[in-house]
Amino acid sequence: MKRRDFLKASLGGTAALLGSGSAEARGNLEPTEEAIGMLFDSTLCIGCKACVSKCKEVNGMPPVPMGDETQYDAAFDLSPKTLNVIKVYTAGEGTHKDQTEDGFAFEKRSCMHCVDPGCVSVCPVTALVRHPKTGIVTYDADACIGCRTCMTGCPYNVPQFDYDNPFGEIHKCQMCNQAGVERIDNGMMTGCAEACPTGATLFGSRKALLNEAQRRMTLKPGEIYNYPRGDVRDPDSHHEKAVPEYKQHIWGEKEAGGTNVLHISAVPFDKLGMPPLGERSYASISETVQHTLYQYLALPAIALAGLTYVVRRNNNDDDEGES
Amino acid sequence: MSEHQPLKRPIITLPFIVLSVIALIGLYFLALRFVNGMGFVTNLNSGYAWGLWVVYDVIVGTALACGGYALAITVYVMNKGKYHPLIRPALLASLLGYALGGLGAFIDMGRWWQFYNIFLPWHMNFNSVMLEVGLCVATYILVLFIEFSPAFLEKIGAKGLLKALNKVLFLFIALGVLLPTMHQSSLGTMLIAMGYKVHPLWQTLHIQPLLAVLTALTMGFAVVVFEASFSAVGFRRPSETPLLAGLGKAIVGLLGAYLIIRFAEIILQGKLGLIFAGDLGSLMFFLETALFAFPLLVLLSPQRRQSGPYLLYAAVCMLLAGALYRFNAFLITYDPGPGYSYFPSVSEIMVTAGIVAIEIMAYLVVVKMFPVLHNADPA
Repeated sequence: MKRRDFLKASLGGTAALLGSGSAEARGNLEPTEEAIGMLFDSTLCIGCKACVSKCKEVNGMPPVPMGDETQYDAAFDLSPKTLNVIKVYTAGEGTHKDQTEDGFAFEKRSCMHCVDPGCVSVCPVTALVRHPKTGIVTYDADACIGCRTCMTGCPYNVPQFDYDNPFGEIHKCQMCNQAGVERIDNGMMTGCAEACPTGATLFGSRKALLNEAQRRMTLKPGEIYNYPRGDVRDPDSHHEKAVPEYKQHIWGEKEAGGTNVLHISAVPFDKLGMPPLGERSYASISETVQHTLYQYLALPAIALAGLTYVVRRNNNDDDEGES
Repeated sequence: MSEHQPLKRPIITLPFIVLSVIALIGLYFLALRFVNGMGFVTNLNSGYAWGLWVVYDVIVGTALACGGYALAITVYVMNKGKYHPLIRPALLASLLGYALGGLGAFIDMGRWWQFYNIFLPWHMNFNSVMLEVGLCVATYILVLFIEFSPAFLEKIGAKGLLKALNKVLFLFIALGVLLPTMHQSSLGTMLIAMGYKVHPLWQTLHIQPLLAVLTALTMGFAVVVFEASFSAVGFRRPSETPLLAGLGKAIVGLLGAYLIIRFAEIILQGKLGLIFAGDLGSLMFFLETALFAFPLLVLLSPQRRQSGPYLLYAAVCMLLAGALYRFNAFLITYDPGPGYSYFPSVSEIMVTAGIVAIEIMAYLVVVKMFPVLHNADPA
């Protein structure tokens, strides 16, 4: 008898799940209408690290010394003191720029400002937020509890927790638009794009940058192209350069829902340390599973009602003096 | 009168002294963590944001504390009243396991002084699996405390309060079944968002919550068998083997279901080749699967289910299996990309050892002071 009650109760729950759960699947988030981003063209980067230095200046972070000397910033990876870094790929002799074999190439590592950010999806306390207009992913230390789920949920290992500080926080690129910096809100561009002498880091709207990247994909290797510097919509200046053999791949157009920071290169992206990502964002799968199971707590409420009923019956006609 | 009795043994024993030394060492390193920061005592880094404290203390620790959950389903939902004698010690172990799991989560929080933000509605992100786990675990600790409180009330003789509590206890028992179902499955769901960092043999996406809750239940039953066998040996009390044999049957069903789903996913997703890849992932998968399969083979035989030692072997294997499943997914085969590695530091291990020592000490003290263990000869 009682088992049947339990089955009835759980059937009710299953029916609720099937009834309202089918239409819940969430796809990838779409880019925001006025998304701001950057385009990094690895073939234009000369590894001068002016962007690294400018980033430190804008964000008030100290350079990383090499030994006792601080002649230039020796940061070799992202850290709580480094939000933007230029890394080098080398293979074999390492003599030819932008060549996969016996070559080398530069790669910028900084927050990609995902269109469907994993860090934002997993953060329990909304410390990470995607701006509804600009799409910039910002961090609020006053909300953060330091659980570091954002670090596990970021496919690019971008958020950096300051473990060495007993009152540490997460550090990540906020596109120079965090409170107190607000360069974008004030009509300026990101520090790294402003400092880049070759236009390897271009600033602009995601749409304009994607257009520019797509145009470069169609260029013939060897022909001369007039590369812009600064903001792609209103360049500070241009310089002419022969077109390299671009890989026909705009990183961030589609990867895990896309990113607002796009990369193009003449060396395959897996060689440059980009992660193995498909087109579906993990955030969208995670949220689909979670909301299907929970239905905003409707399902647990039904289950609780069923369980309460069953437990009460079983408890009442058992021996009274227990527990 | 209660059918439960305090165990009349001295509290300060040699094992207790050894445990308190381990606890003190752990507390020393824990103090260093709060004074000098997490980097001073742990080997955590940008790639491995979660180490031993999250994976053992919280993720494995709360699964090991599922004895109360497993028995609540058996006794109150399936209405198998004969298992009632086992429930109080199981609830105590669950209460301690979850309370210290909560403590583990707290000491691992980089911004622990703001932990209460997770309870403030305007901060909550309802898309976050971590939010659900945090809220659910916190609520469940309270529920476990209420479920276990009759032992305290009996001790202090608060008869009126006890009577009142017994009237509404069913509500908390129901919550005590629902909440672990929710957060134990969510602990699996958390792996989804980690994406490619989780080895494909453990990245099962949509069925993560199912595998997590099934293995949590097997660990819950296993820990009940383990505790009962252990206290029979350790405290030289009469064995409860006949009761445990029945649980063995439930375990067979759970293990069978788990293994079928686990392998069906691997085969349907075309990941069979990864099992034989000969790398760390395949080695760990073999080890883990053997630990799940061995107790199934042992307990399939009704004769062996009646045997105390066989039950104990099976229980130990299942505890290791469930723990290894979690360690494999979250840590051992977890790969955030080239250039990152993690192995816990000595001080990190000592903090975890200290927490486990405190848990065992608390258990020993409570069973010797309060009516927890079932009276061998019912009055």
